[in-house]
Parts: sequence; structure tokens; C-alpha cells
Amino acid sequence: MTNPKSNSLAHLPIGEEAKVLSIAGNSPVTRRLMEMGIIPGVSVKVVKTAPFGSPLQIKVRGYHLALRKSEAETIEVLSSKSKV
Amino acid sequence: MKAIQNNPQSVAKDSQIVIALAGNPNAGKTTLFNALTGLRQKVANYSGVTVERKEGVWNFENQAARLIDLPGLYSLEATSLDEQIARDVLTGKVTGLPIPDVIIAVVDATNLERNLYLVTQILEYKIPLVVALTMIDEFEREEHEINTSKFSKMLGVPVIAVTASKNRGIDELTQKVSELIQIKPEIDFELETDSSHSENAKIFARYNFISNIVQETVKHKDLEKHRFSEKIDRVLTHKVFGLIILVAILLLVFQTIFSWATVPMDLLEHGFGAIGDLVKANMPEGLLTDLIVDGIIAGVGGVLVFLPQILLLFLFISILEDTGYMARAAFLMDRLMSRVGLHGKAFLPLMSSFACAIPGIMATRTIENPKDRLATILIAPFMSCSARLPVYALMIATFFAGQTVFGFISVGAILMLGMYSLGIVTAIIVAFILKKTLLKSPPPPFVMELPPYRLPNLRNVFQNMLTRAWLFVKRAGTVILAISIILWGLMNFPRAGNVYVNTPNSQNLAEEQQSFQQSEQLKNSFAGKIGHFIEPAIKPLGFDWKIGVALIASFAAREVLVSTLGIIYNGEKDANEESETLKNAILDAKNPDGTPVWTPLTALTLMVFFVLAMQCMSTIAVVRRESNSWAWTLFMVGYMTALAYVAAFITYQGGKLLGFA
Ligand SMILES: Nc1nc2c(ncn2[C@@H]2O[C@H](COP(=O)(O)OP(=O)(O)OP(=O)(O)O)[C@@H](O)[C@H]2O)c(=O)[nH]1
Ligand SMILES: [Mg+2]
Repeated sequence: MTNPKSNSLAHLPIGEEAKVLSIAGNSPVTRRLMEMGIIPGVSVKVVKTAPFGSPLQIKVRGYHLALRKSEAETIEVLSSKSKV
Repeated sequence: MKAIQNNPQSVAKDSQIVIALAGNPNAGKTTLFNALTGLRQKVANYSGVTVERKEGVWNFENQAARLIDLPGLYSLEATSLDEQIARDVLTGKVTGLPIPDVIIAVVDATNLERNLYLVTQILEYKIPLVVALTMIDEFEREEHEINTSKFSKMLGVPVIAVTASKNRGIDELTQKVSELIQIKPEIDFELETDSSHSENAKIFARYNFISNIVQETVKHKDLEKHRFSEKIDRVLTHKVFGLIILVAILLLVFQTIFSWATVPMDLLEHGFGAIGDLVKANMPEGLLTDLIVDGIIAGVGGVLVFLPQILLLFLFISILEDTGYMARAAFLMDRLMSRVGLHGKAFLPLMSSFACAIPGIMATRTIENPKDRLATILIAPFMSCSARLPVYALMIATFFAGQTVFGFISVGAILMLGMYSLGIVTAIIVAFILKKTLLKSPPPPFVMELPPYRLPNLRNVFQNMLTRAWLFVKRAGTVILAISIILWGLMNFPRAGNVYVNTPNSQNLAEEQQSFQQSEQLKNSFAGKIGHFIEPAIKPLGFDWKIGVALIASFAAREVLVSTLGIIYNGEKDANEESETLKNAILDAKNPDGTPVWTPLTALTLMVFFVLAMQCMSTIAVVRRESNSWAWTLFMVGYMTALAYVAAFITYQGGKLLGFA
């Protein structure tokens, strides 16, 4: 396994597609993120970051969602560019 | 026993049929609700605008149904107050509201998967359901395709494409609903979850079910024009330009409010003046005429003059909300908001509070954590609401009109921006302190949808604007009318006996006599006594007892300051024929020693006081209701007033030290 930071959504380069592997934690936020469609297997893309680096704007299931960097860090993704 | 009533409202209340509109935030529920009921509801392109359960009467096929517009929600299982309200409606836990006969699930066609998630939850409540597919016009314009009949079959409920603004699908929807009411179909919906007892298995199962349907029935096209919103965002939420544009937009809004509104405002002002003169000319001299002219027309008219500015303010707020820009503003500001420990979701309530703190405070219901919610409620009144606008506008028009810096930016617009900024900065500092002390809790998360940019629906914008304007006029006709009459009474009773001026050599003896009589009357009246009583406290702020009277009256509602000054100075105006307008009356007001009461510094101090003080009875009532605590409500009134006093003191004394007296 790689360093979890290196493949968290927070560190995905802007514009790159990736697949969600898992979401860490079981807080209400984790649940909310999943209810909004961020579950393992779904593709996500970071569209941009706000001034000062947070929040992030991501595209998932065809819509745009803003979430903070700290929340994006809990989402583990696999970039389509990297080899399994 | 129940009294017999026969207004249409109660007829509908007695009818048994209840229909609820449920769906994600921003799915188009309120737009559909308006189309079905003809009622004017606030509609905005921003998640979480409908925070209360709204109800209207829907007449169809000779039946009157109660139509409920639920707040937007992503899920029925989460914990915010909004979601709780929605769940209570669906389970029949709300008193006086039976379980709905039919639910209209409002589903945004351009955002199917996430919108259907909620539908899979509603289905489990086994209430007859019809899906209204909104935004279908946009969906088709983007050249996507959907096989509605297959979609409906797979989902197990009827699906009808609607576009409320073009009346498309409304008849079909009506027909389907009445069919469902008669048939009462059994809903049997159960999702299979894999045997792993993970809490999340249910969520995965729902999305699997949805993905399957969407894959089978929808053909998405990936076209360049879909990235329209992203292109606009490249500029509007740009790291550097985004913030500059945000400030520029706000500045432009205020500048426009000022320059565009002056013409109709002058017309209104002269109109009320003419009405006053007309009444005076045609009625016998006496107390009644005085009450009408100096009390009612001067008081209510003085506030109504600001209607054009209120209209423009709401025009801009509606446009910003309806285009989707408001969400971007929240996106840009979240970093700053989170620094002080506030939720990004607090941004909408705080932005709404610029119009009026009352809807703003109600909009805090979307914030899950009670402590974050309370912190937001406690700072919402610092946002300069539209009731402060008349106060700022009067001060600026009187003392800073026509002045510019760099030749083109008006001092008025800068002062306005300054007052709004002062409120914002104070709110940030107070929130920071509250979140470190009384309302300590871990930093709240921020998860917010950024809706696509849409051209504002003109009908929505104008309806919204007119509704707000009507509320303002109604307030002028009720609260402000009442306060004006009471104040006039307090200023004219007890009656001073005849007193005589003591300057025998004067040329205009008659005029001076009248002026003297009137100022003696005010000085010895109830209002005058109250004003004199508090004068020592407000003297350090540069306010005399007359401003004190206006200040006390304005604790009922801020714009009352303007009407009160109008009444106070109107009573004296006859002494000086140049004082045709309130502006001139203020400029002409003199201290006993002959120096002017008002200087630009007094005006600035008064504005600062108004930014920070809690002067609105309606807000106090709403805070009490929403916080469910008198202690917090009184705390708010207390600390805001103290803060206002201190800030006004610093402004005035500081300004004097700097030589601006
Ligand atoms: N193109 C298009 N726009 C629509 C349609 N229905 C609503 N809108 C727009 O979508 C935005 C949101 O509509 P609302 O009716 O306020 O949505 P809501 O579901 O009540 O939103 P909340 O109260 O925030 O939950 C507004 O800008 C509407 O003008 C539609 O059928 N087609
Ligand atoms: Mg709504």
C-alpha cells in the first residue's frame, strides 16, 4: 500500500479523473459525503481550489460539490493515470 | 368546539387531501409549488432557501388540496433541523397535518443520480409517489436523452417531465396526482443489501439501484457547451480575480442603488411634502391636522421614501441568488469563515441577513450543529439589513452627497461599503470569540453543492422583489404608523401652556413666537423628558436629546429613526421656511448655543451605532423562537447595544481628537 496521503483526493492534481477507493471515518460528514454519491467505485475530478487552497470544487456524478481540504483528505482515490 | 369559518384557507385546512413536494435543495420545488398554487414563495437558485414548511392551496378537479413545500434535503436520515421537519411531515408527526396522501418527488433531470437517492428513501415510506422531472428543458438543450417510460417502470412509480415556467407537464401531473389519490397504489419497495452488516451497505445498495436505472434509460452526451458553468467559474472563482470581482460586485450594487434611486426618491419626497401641504391647506388648524401632517405623513412618508432603494437591493439579491453566484461567494469565503470557526453554510443565512435578519436567522436551520447554529444566529443582526439603509441613506445624502474620490467613486458608496464591512468584521470577531468560549465545538465540516449558473427567471426575480417591497410597505403602514402616532402623542402631550418669547426688538416676532412655542412644547413633552433623561448618556456620542428620542424609538425598528427625526423636525419646520426636506431640517438644527447639532462626524457616529445596535423587535422575537431561550436572546440584545455604544463613543471622541468635530 502506498502512503494514504499520496492518493487522497486532496492531493489529486486538478483536472485529473480518479476512482474513489474508500472514505475514512464514520462521522456524520463521512455519511453525508456518501449520501451525496461519493462511494467506492465512483469517478471524481478536482475542478479547482478556492483562494487560499480550500475548499476544493470537485465534480462527481455530473454535478459540482465544494468541500474542504480536510474532508477531501479522508477520501482515498486511485488516479486513472497510475497503474494498479 | 370549533368556530365556523368560511374563508378559503380554512376550507382547505378541513379538506383531507395533503400533498407534499419533496426533493433535493435547488431541484425546483418552490418554482413548481408557485406554478401549482399561484402563491408567491421565495424562489432562489441556492440550496436551502426554503427552510420552513410552506403551505398553499392547490385547486384541482374541484378539489382543494393542501400542498406542502418541504425544505430541500439530500437524505431523510441525517440530522439537520430541516431534514427532521421533512421526516416529521412524511411520518405524520406534525400536529394538524396528517400523513400526505401523495408525495410529488421533485427530481432535477440534469442531476439524476444524486436526486434519486432521496427518492429511494421516500419510497420506503410507502406513500403513493409521483416523480416530477424538472430542469428537463435544460436536459434537452444539452442533448441528453431519457426513456421516461422505461425509467418509470424500473423505478416503479409514475414519472412526469415538467417545466413550471412554461406550464409544461402541469396538467399531466395534476391528472396523475388525482389518479393516485383515487387508486391509492400499494408501494412495495425493498432494496437488497449484501449480507455484510456495514452501516454503509444501504447507501451503496441505493446507488447501485440508481446507477443501474440511469445506465439503462439515459444517454448522456458530453458536449463542449456543458462546460459553460465551468468556463464562467474560471473567472468568477479565480484565485485572485474571484475575490476582486466579489468586492467589485458589492461596490457596484451599492453604487447603483444610490445613483438609480435618487430620482424616484426625490419624486416621492416631494410628493409627500405636497400631500402634507394639501392637507394643511384644506383642514382646519388644530391637533388633528397636526397629527395627520406632522405625525402620520411625516413619519410614514419619511420611511416610504426609501422604497426605491429597497426594491433595488432586493432586485440585486434576487439576481445574485437566482444566477447561482451566491453559492460561489460562499465558496470563495469559506476559508475565511472557517478561520473563525464558522460553517460555510452560515454564509447563506448571513448573506440573507443583508436583506433582513429574520429570514437569515430562519435559514440557519440548515446548520446541523446547534452551537454553530446559535453562533450564526447571534451574529446575523450585524449584517446591515435593508431597514438600516434608510438611516445610512439619510445621513449620506445629508452630509456626503455629491462628494467623490478619484473623481468617480462616490464617498457615499464608500461609506456604505464601509458600514457593511464594519458589520461583517465585527461579526467575524464576535463569532471567533464565541466559538472559542461559550460555544466551543470542533470546526464544522463544509459540504456544499455549486449549482450550475442559470439565467435568472425574471418572473421569480420580480415576484421576489415585489413580495419584499410589499412587506416593507405593510410595515410602514402598521408598525411604523403606530409608532409615529404614539411618538407624535408623546411629543405633543402634556400640552405646554402658552409661553412667550422674550425678544421684544425682533422683526419677525410672530414667527419667532411660533418657533419658540413649538420647541417649548417638545422640551416639556413626555418624549422630551425621556430624551433629556438619557441625554447625559448619549452626550459623549455627540447626540442631543432630540436624537435621543429618535434613538429610543428606533429600538422598535431601525427605520423609525428616520420617521422620528421627520416628526421632530417637522414640528419645528414652520419656523424656518427653507427647511422643506428632512435633510435641510437636519442641517439647520441648532444647539442652544447656536452651533449645529449635526456635523458629518455626528452622522458617521450615528451610522456606526446603527451598524452594531440590536434595534428591531421582530428580530428579537425570532431569535427567541429559534434559540428557544430568553437568556441567549437577552445576551444578544445586551452585548450588541454595549458594543454599539462603545464603537460610537470611539468614533465620536476619536474623530474629535483628530479634529473632525
Ligand atoms: N431551466 C429550468 N430552471 C428551473 C426549473 N425549475 C426551477 N428552475 C430554477 O432553478 C432554481 C431553483 O429553483 P427553486 O424552485 O428555488 O428550487 P427549490 O427546490 O425550491 O430549492 P430550495 O428551496 O433551496 O430547496 C431557480 O433558479 C429556478 O428558476 C426548470 O424546470 N427549468
Ligand atoms: Mg424552495
